[in-house]
Amino acid sequence: MVLLLQYTLIFASVLLLVALGGCVSEHSGVINLSLEGIMVMGALGGALVMKFLPYTPTTNFILNLGYFLPVLLAAILFGVVFSSLLAVACINLKADQTIVGTAMNMLSTALATVVVKSMNTALNPDDHSSEIFYGKAKEAFITNIGKFELNWFMIVAVILLVVVYVLLYKTKFGLRLRACGEHPQAAASVGISVFGMRWSGVLLSGLLGGVGGITYITASGSLWKFENGVAGFGFLALAVMIFGAWHPFKILGAALIFGIFRALGNVHSAINVFGWNWDDTIKLAPNVYNMLPYIVSLIVLACTSKNSKAPKAEGIPYDKGMR
Amino acid sequence: MKQKSSLIRNDGFQTFITSIICIILGLIVGFFVLLLINAKGAGKAILAVIQNFFQYPSFNAQLKYFGSTLAKTAPLIFCSLSVLFAYKVGLFNIGAAGQYCLGMGLALYMAICLQCPWYLCLICGIAAGALSGALGGLLKAKLNVNVVISGIMLNWISLYGMNMLLKPAMDPAGKDTFRLVNKAKSAVLPTLGLDKIFSNNQYVTIAIPCAVLVAVIVWIILDKTKLGYELKATGNNPNAAKYCGMKENRNIILTMAIAGGLAAMGGSLYYLSDFEQWNVNANAVPAMGFNGIAAAFLGGLNPIGCIFSSYFITHITMGGGNVDLSHYCAQIADLISAVIIYLCGFVLFFKTLINNSLRKSEERFTEEERAAVKAADAAEKTAAEAAKNPEGGNE
Repeated sequence: MVLLLQYTLIFASVLLLVALGGCVSEHSGVINLSLEGIMVMGALGGALVMKFLPYTPTTNFILNLGYFLPVLLAAILFGVVFSSLLAVACINLKADQTIVGTAMNMLSTALATVVVKSMNTALNPDDHSSEIFYGKAKEAFITNIGKFELNWFMIVAVILLVVVYVLLYKTKFGLRLRACGEHPQAAASVGISVFGMRWSGVLLSGLLGGVGGITYITASGSLWKFENGVAGFGFLALAVMIFGAWHPFKILGAALIFGIFRALGNVHSAINVFGWNWDDTIKLAPNVYNMLPYIVSLIVLACTSKNSKAPKAEGIPYDKGMR
Repeated sequence: MKQKSSLIRNDGFQTFITSIICIILGLIVGFFVLLLINAKGAGKAILAVIQNFFQYPSFNAQLKYFGSTLAKTAPLIFCSLSVLFAYKVGLFNIGAAGQYCLGMGLALYMAICLQCPWYLCLICGIAAGALSGALGGLLKAKLNVNVVISGIMLNWISLYGMNMLLKPAMDPAGKDTFRLVNKAKSAVLPTLGLDKIFSNNQYVTIAIPCAVLVAVIVWIILDKTKLGYELKATGNNPNAAKYCGMKENRNIILTMAIAGGLAAMGGSLYYLSDFEQWNVNANAVPAMGFNGIAAAFLGGLNPIGCIFSSYFITHITMGGGNVDLSHYCAQIADLISAVIIYLCGFVLFFKTLINNSLRKSEERFTEEERAAVKAADAAEKTAAEAAKNPEGGNE
C-alpha cells in the first residue's frame, strides 16, 4: 500500500508539474503541444548532470542538496532553452502551433538520442546504446521515511504549485498574462506587451516541463533509454490540464487521480490489504495496465470537454492588425 | 518578364520553393550536428544520408535497394495522405500512428492466426483504422474533445491493444511475429511481376502502385467533388458550413474515418508485404504516423506533393542507416526530418516574405514603367532606353 502511495505521488508530481506548464502557457495564449519534447530535454539535462557529477553516498542534507540543485537547474535550463524554439516559431513568426509542437516532440527524441548515442560511442567505441546510466546518483534526493521513499521532486512540485497559483491569480503579472490569453488585442490596447507576456508564458512552461521530465525519469530505475522519450506523459499532462479546467488546484486533484491509474501498472502485484491480494482477485494482462491511464483519460476527456473553460484566444497567433 | 513574375506568384510554385528551402536548411542543420559530433567524417556521413542506395556500386544492387526504399515509401504515403485529408478539414490527425498500428495488427492477426487471404486482412485492417478514426471524430463532434489529445491516447491504446492481440502470432524464436512467407503464404501481397523489375526484390508489391493510385483518388475527392468541397468548407468555417445546410458533425466523423482508414491501409499493406515483422513487446508508437505529418506538410498539403515528400523522407531515413556507425547514429536522419517539419511551420512566414518582396519590387517596377510610358510618349528614341530600366530596377 505504501508502494502504491509512493508511486501515485511521484507520477502525480510529474503530471502536476507538466500540466501546470501547459496551464501557464495556455493562459498566455499559446497551446503547448511540445510539453512531451520539453520533458525529454529536461530529463536529458538532469540525467547528464547525474552521470557526470560524481556522487558519494551520504546522509548529510546539505551535501545532498548541493547535488540536487545542479540536477534541477540543468533540467530547468534545458527545458527553457528548448521551449524558446516554440516561442520564436509561434509568437514571433506566427507559425501553426500544432505543427511546431509536433515537430518539437519529434526533434527532442531524435536530438536526445543522437546526443546520448554519440556521447556513449565517444566514451566507449562499442557502446551504441541510447541509455544514460546514472547508478545510485538519484539517492541524493530520496529520503526514506519508514518504507516510504520521499522523492524531493514531490516537494518541488508542491512548491511550484503554490508559486504558479500565486503568480497567476495574485499578481499583476498573472492578470496581464491571462489577459493575453483571453483577448490579446484588448490587453495590447492598455499597453501590455502581448509578445512579452506570451514569451514568459512559454518559457515558464519550459521550466515546469523540464522539471517534470527529470522527475519522471527518477521515478524509475538507475538508467534511462532516451530512444523511448517519455511515453506520452506530456500528452497525459495536457489531458490532466483540461480535466483540471486550467486551474492549478483542480489540476492537482486531476493529477492525483491519473497518478493512481499510472501507479497501478507498476505496483498492482504488491497490493495486499488485510490478506486481500489485488492480483488474485483482479486478473489483468500487463498490457491492460499499460493502457489504463490512456483509457481513463479518454473517458474523462469525453465527460469534461463539453463545457471547456479554455482561454479564448489560445492557439491564435497575435496579430496587431486584428482589433 | 511577365511570365516569370506570374510563375513566382503561383501558390503551388511558392509552396515548392519553400519546401526546397526547408529541406536545404534541414540538411544544413543535420550537417552541423554531424560536424559537432565528429568533424572528420561529417561530409561523408551527410553524403551517405543523401545518397542512400546510390552508394552501392552495382546497378542491380542500386535497383534492389531502390525497390526497398519504394516499399517503405508506400506506407508513408498513406500516412501523409491521412494527415493531409484531416488537415484539409481543419483536424489534426496525430492519431495516424495508432491507426497505422491497428491496420498492421488486424491484418497480421487475420493472416497468421486465422489464415485469411490478403484482401480480407486488408479490409479488416482498414475497417479497424477507420473505426478508431471515427471514434476520435465522434468525440470531437459530440463531446468537443480535442482531436490531438484523443488521438495520442488512442495511439497508446492501439499500440498496447495490438501487442496483446498479436501475442499468439509471435515467433517463439524471437520477439517478432512470424514471417508471413513461412506461416501464411496466402496473405502475402501479390507482386504482379513488379519484383522482377527491381532485381527480384520480393518486397516490391502492389502496395506501391496502390499508394500512388490512392493519392490521385484523394486529390480528386478533395478538389473535384462536392463531398470534398463540403468537407473543406467545414474545415474553413464550421459555422458558415452549418449555415449553408452542411452537416458539420457528420463531416467531421466521416473525415476522421477516412483519414483513419488511409493510415490503416498503409499499415496493413506494409506488413502484408512481409518486409518487416512486428515486435510484440514494442513500447513505442511506430514512427511512421509522425513521419506522415512531416511528409504531409513538406508536400505542401497536396496529395501529389505527398508522394514526392514521402519518398524524400524515406530516402534520407534509409540513408541514415548507412552512416559510419562507429561515430554517428542512424537517428541523424530523424533529426533532419524533425528540423524540416519544424521549418514547415514557417511556410506561411516564408510565403509572406516572398510576397512582400514581390509587392515591393512590383511597386517600384510599375513606377518605373509609368515613367517609361511617359518617356515613350515624348520621344520614341528614349523608349528603347526606358525599357531597359525596369530590368535594371528589378535586379
